[in-house]
Amino acid sequence: MAGLCLLLLAPFASATATVENYGYPVHDRYVATVIGTPEGHQADLPKDIPFKKRRLNVFPERQLPDVIWYGQELIYSEALQDRPAPLIFLIAGTGAAHNGAKNVNMAKAFFKAGFHVVSLSSPTYPNFVSSASSTGVVGDAQRDAADLYRVMEMIWSRLDGEIEATSFNLTGYSLGAFNSAYLAKLDEDRKSFNFRKVLLINPPVSLYNSISLLDRMTENIPGGEDNFNEFFDRLVEGFSKVYKEQNEIGGDFLYEAYKGMDLKDEELAALVGVSFRISSASLVFTSDVMTDYGYVKPKGLVLDRHADLSEYNEVLSRLGFTDYYHEFFYPFYKNENPNLTRDQFIATASLTGIADYLRNSPKISVMHNQDDIILEPGEVEFFNEVFGDRATIYPTGGHCGNMNYVDNVALMVSTFTEGAK
Amino acid sequence: MNSIMRRAPTLLALLSLLAACSSTPPKPAPEPVYPEPVFAADRIVPEDAVSVSAVYDPWEGMNKRIYNFNYHFDQWVFLPVVRGWEAVVPSPARTGVHNFFENFRDVRTMANSLLQASPTKFAQSTGRVVVNSTIGLFGLIDVASSMGMAKPDEDFGQTLGRWGVATGPYLVLPIYGPSNLRDGVGLLPDAVLQNYIQDDLLAQPVRATAFVFDSIDTRAQTSFRYYETGSAFEYQTVRWLYSTKRELDVEK
Repeated sequence: MAGLCLLLLAPFASATATVENYGYPVHDRYVATVIGTPEGHQADLPKDIPFKKRRLNVFPERQLPDVIWYGQELIYSEALQDRPAPLIFLIAGTGAAHNGAKNVNMAKAFFKAGFHVVSLSSPTYPNFVSSASSTGVVGDAQRDAADLYRVMEMIWSRLDGEIEATSFNLTGYSLGAFNSAYLAKLDEDRKSFNFRKVLLINPPVSLYNSISLLDRMTENIPGGEDNFNEFFDRLVEGFSKVYKEQNEIGGDFLYEAYKGMDLKDEELAALVGVSFRISSASLVFTSDVMTDYGYVKPKGLVLDRHADLSEYNEVLSRLGFTDYYHEFFYPFYKNENPNLTRDQFIATASLTGIADYLRNSPKISVMHNQDDIILEPGEVEFFNEVFGDRATIYPTGGHCGNMNYVDNVALMVSTFTEGAK
Repeated sequence: MNSIMRRAPTLLALLSLLAACSSTPPKPAPEPVYPEPVFAADRIVPEDAVSVSAVYDPWEGMNKRIYNFNYHFDQWVFLPVVRGWEAVVPSPARTGVHNFFENFRDVRTMANSLLQASPTKFAQSTGRVVVNSTIGLFGLIDVASSMGMAKPDEDFGQTLGRWGVATGPYLVLPIYGPSNLRDGVGLLPDAVLQNYIQDDLLAQPVRATAFVFDSIDTRAQTSFRYYETGSAFEYQTVRWLYSTKRELDVEK
């Protein structure tokens, strides 16, 4: 309720304290979200760091269904210093991996700044769901944080003795930032790490609002969803043109493709929506087979590792994340809390629920963008109001588009190096 | 044609069922009935829907088994060897080996550009081979790339594509990975050509092991790891990506 009042009042609140004279070159929120930071404006990062893949058997007793037999061990990565150093955990965003582009760039920045880096996939990444989710059904703020915390404790107990950590720190982007907020809160009770600093990069305020926004973006497909194939073919054609002209897919490939295609904002929004849907499909299917819930796969039907899954993929590509929320996630957990209404469920998956904690925790800061596409109008005010001068709001950047911009990387790193020994 | 191919297994199954009926009275095998899922395909997917990521893959069962084999080969043989290679051989030497084989790939592009009647690519690849084989010390140093020379990439699969040969069914090759019938067949002439030149150039012990080092180098250069996305749809994603890329490569 308090959160709702806050949102209604937001437009009347004091002028937003956004960063002035900001040089990030992309001014369209959708373009920024899709293409990120053009070369020449990116932070200067090392080309190679000793970024090593590791595997962890989180639930050795777990018996996975044959169709996802390969998902037993959690895969993560780490880059370690050869001397005592502060350690930082990185949490990826929705559907993203420990070695996805954004986590790798953050890892390079922090490794260069002298940190031990441990990089984790999002709890919504299929490999995390199968190997490290306690229930196989993700989206619950506290449970996802607890699952991540378990993994982090296990990783540290493996590293303890091998390396020396002078402090523990935490950051994540998008959903990973949301997870980080709840992890920081959990750590106050569990105290395994006593995080020194926590940085949230482009978090959603309300998970449900953000997934609804992303779901609705597919409505922007020109001519509606029935014309998805034409839209898709046009995108592929656009990429092909650039691909055929270039010899290699370089760093600015997406940018070149975008310039060549002359996409409208609605089409870019549709593209974001479609890519969100593709990553949701893998996640939801993993949950469905793990729990035998009967969401798209008939309950009781056992699929083997060679089964043809295209039918399920076809179904899932036509469903949104909100469908998962209402028809799978909510009924699945309702058994545990029969008294919780749908609205209360939605309300718990939000930063407003821990706003007081965030307000009174000087160690937590936030970087966000005024024009982030996963926030409802006015929602960005939540960060100014709750974090005060611990919030840095950039005027542009869309959703995480400016994460690799030179100023952003500098602030990201200095947030953790300032006052550190 | 396509729909007949798809229905063929069903027809066969029906026929064999009939055959079974005619000989011995079958014990009615209770077909397990599953409750309908929340979102069933027959309600969600329109009957005439065409999947954008569809690839002709009548051998999917076999392909998935080979895909699975490749994962195990990776785990037990290929990747350990690559790790050993990277641990034992210093980086500049590995780059030299890589360049050496890339030089043969440029020769392959020369030959195929000729077959495709593409003078530009023929000139570009010939230029590269000449520069790298001489100043580049038999291909060990990639001087051509340093000079900014374009590097087209043509193989016999693409040449067949240029000539109008259809891809045929999708095919996962043992160890090698994603391919299709046309590209798989195309590997042979390219390999024959490479062997022919190597036989002329290389001394015996190197000649016999060249194939092995070429494979190790190729695997080391490929960051893909089977099943690491954890997505149950990885097989079909890879299938679509490969097929789309090859289609573009032929047009390129």
